[in-house]
Amino acid sequence: MSAPAKLQEPELARRHRIGKVFEWLCCGSTWFGLVVLAVLLVSVLWQALTWPAPKVKPGASGPTVAKAEDSAIPLSKQFFTNYDSRHPRRAGILAPIWGSLWLIGLVALLSVPIGVGSAIYLEEYANEGHFKRLIQINLSNLAGVPSVVYGILGLTAFVRMFGLFGKGGKTLVLNLGFTTLDVPLPFERSLIAGALTLALLVLPTVIVAAQEALRAVPSSIRIASYALGATQWQTIRHQVLPAAMPGIMTGVILALSRAMGEAAPLMMIGALTFIAYCPGEITNVGDIFRNPHGLVDAPFDKFTALPLQVYNWINRPQADYQHVAAAGIVVLLTILLLMNTAAIVIRHKFQKSTRW
Amino acid sequence: MTIMQSFNELVHQRQQRESAKRIRPVETEVTKLDVRNLNFFYGEKQALFDVSMTVAERAVTAFIGPSGCGKSTFLRALNRMNDIIEGAHHNGTVLLEGQEIYAPDVDVVALRKRVGMVFQKSTPFPKSIFDNVAYGPKIAGQRNYKTLSEIVEQSLKRAALWDEVKDRLQDSALALSGGQQQRLCIARALATNPDVILMDEPASALDPASTARIEDLIFELKQNYTIVIVTHNMQQAARISDWTAFFYQGYLIEKDHTQKLFTTPKKKQTEDYITGRFG
Ligand SMILES: Nc1ncnc2c1ncn2[C@@H]1O[C@H](COP(=O)(O)OP(=O)(O)OP(=O)(O)O)[C@@H](O)[C@H]1O
Ligand SMILES: [Mg+2]
Repeated sequence: MSAPAKLQEPELARRHRIGKVFEWLCCGSTWFGLVVLAVLLVSVLWQALTWPAPKVKPGASGPTVAKAEDSAIPLSKQFFTNYDSRHPRRAGILAPIWGSLWLIGLVALLSVPIGVGSAIYLEEYANEGHFKRLIQINLSNLAGVPSVVYGILGLTAFVRMFGLFGKGGKTLVLNLGFTTLDVPLPFERSLIAGALTLALLVLPTVIVAAQEALRAVPSSIRIASYALGATQWQTIRHQVLPAAMPGIMTGVILALSRAMGEAAPLMMIGALTFIAYCPGEITNVGDIFRNPHGLVDAPFDKFTALPLQVYNWINRPQADYQHVAAAGIVVLLTILLLMNTAAIVIRHKFQKSTRW
Repeated sequence: MTIMQSFNELVHQRQQRESAKRIRPVETEVTKLDVRNLNFFYGEKQALFDVSMTVAERAVTAFIGPSGCGKSTFLRALNRMNDIIEGAHHNGTVLLEGQEIYAPDVDVVALRKRVGMVFQKSTPFPKSIFDNVAYGPKIAGQRNYKTLSEIVEQSLKRAALWDEVKDRLQDSALALSGGQQQRLCIARALATNPDVILMDEPASALDPASTARIEDLIFELKQNYTIVIVTHNMQQAARISDWTAFFYQGYLIEKDHTQKLFTTPKKKQTEDYITGRFG
C-alpha cells in the first residue's frame, strides 16, 4: 500500500501567505493614493465654500461687521466677476480666467500648426537617417526639460528679445487692412510672450503625440491612396491627417492642459499678479462684439493666469486669502478636468468609429 | 492526365460563356503593356531576372507561381507602386502603349490613374462608401457633385455593388462585409477611369461566394479594361484568364494562352507546378 498523496504542505501555505500579504500591500498603495487625493479635494472644496472663523481680538469691540460688497463664500458668483482686491472677501478671478483662456488659445494657435507640421515632416517626408534620429532623441529630451528653463528662455527671447531693440523698445505699426496693430518690440511681459514661452514648452509633447497618431495610420491607407493617383500631399491631406486627427487632438488637449497649469515659466517671464484689467479689455463675451479691436490688441497686453494668481494668494498672510486661493484651485481643477474629459471623449469616439 | 483535363474543362466553360456573351475572340489582341528585360532589385537582393512579356489589351492575364517568386513585384512594377519602397531599383523597359513608363518626364500620378490597382487585403478608407469611390476623381480635380455622383453610381454598378449599397452610400465603408469591401475597392479603382487594372490576389481572403462574384466581375470588366491578376488558385486562373504567365524564383518561365499553358505546357517546371508535383 502506497502512502496517500500529500495534499497539504506547510511550505506551500507559507507561499500563499506571502502572496496574500503582497496583494494587500498593492491594494494599500492604491488606496493610499486615492485617499490622499480625496482628502485633498474635499479640504480644498471645503475651504472654497467657507470663510475662516473670525479671530476675535481680545481688545476689539465685537466682531467686524460684514460689508455689503463682501461675498458670503469664497467661491461665489462675485468671485468670477471681480478683479483681485486688497480685501480678500472682494477678490475675484476675472483677470486670471481671461488671461488663462487667452493663453491657452494662443498656445494652441502657435503650437498646433508648428507641432503637427513638424510631426508630418518627420513621419511622412523625412528619410530615416542620422538627422531624423538626432531630432527624435532631442524631442524626447526636450519634453523632459523643467519648465523653469523654458521660462528663462522666454525671458531672454521674447520678453527682452536679446535686447535688440535698445532701452525703450520700439513699436511696430502693422497695417492689417481693416485695422492697424501696434506691436511693442520687445514683447515685454505681454500675453504673446507668455504664450510663445508656453508654446515652446508644449511643442515637444505635441509633436510626439502627433507623430504617434500619424504612425498609427496603417500604411495600406497611404498605398491605396497612391494607387488611385494621389500625390503625397493629397494623401496626407485627405487620408492620413483625417485618420490621425482624433489622436492628434487628444495629444494637443493633454498638452494644453499641462500648459494651463504651469506657473513657473510665467513667473520667470514676470507676468503680473495684481492686475485689474483683462487683455484687450474683454471682460465678457459681449465685449468682443462691442469692441472687436480688443481681439487683436489683447495679445500685447499685460496679463495674469490662474496658477500664478493662486500661488500669489497662497503667499499672502491673511487667512482669508487661503480660502480665496482654494476657490481659485477649484476653478483651475474644473477647467483641467473638463479638458481631460474632452480628450477622453474624443479618444473613445475614435476607437469606436475606426477599425482598420 | 486528369488534372490537365479538368483545367481544359474550366477553360472550355469560360469560352462557352464568352461566345454566349459575344465577347470577341482573344486572337485579335493588341499589345497594351510591353515589358522588356526587366531586372528588379530590393537593395542588393534581385527579385526579378530579365523578364520580358507582353500584356494583351482587353484580356485577362493571370500570373501564377509559388510564393515569393516575384509576381507582386512584377505587378507593382507595371504602375510604379514599387517607387514607394525604399532602396528598390530596376533596369529594363516597361512600355504602356509604346510609352516608357519609367521615363523621367512621366508623371507617376498620371500613370497610376491609367493603371489602377486592387490589393489582396481590401483597404477601404475610413470614410463613407460615396467618398471612397469619389476619392480618385476628386483628387484629380473633379469638384462637380453631380458628375461625382454619376461616376460613383456607374463605378459601383460596374463593380456589381450598386444594388447592395445604393440606399446607404453615406454609411461608413468599414461596415461592409469583406467581399463587399473588395468590390468597393474595385469600384474605387474603376472610378479613376483607368485602362489597365492590376489585381494582386483580389479574392484570396474571400469566401467561395464572394470569390465567384469577383470572378464574374473580372469576366465582365475585361470587355472594357485590360486586367492583370495575380492568383494562387490555378482553377481561378483557368476560369477567368485568357493568358497565363508562370513565374519561378524571379524568372518568367512561360507565358501562353491559358488553355495551352494548362494543357500542353512547354516547360517541365510549369507542368510540375500546375500538376502539383512541386517541391
Ligand atoms: N518590400 C520589399 N523589400 C525587400 N524585399 C522584398 C520586398 N517585397 C518583396 N520582396 C522580396 O522579393 C521577392 C518577391 O516577392 P513578391 O512579393 O513579388 O512575391 P510574390 O510572388 O508576390 O509572393 P506571394 O505569392 O507570397 O505574394 C521575395 O523574395 C520577397 O522576399
Ligand atoms: Mg504577392
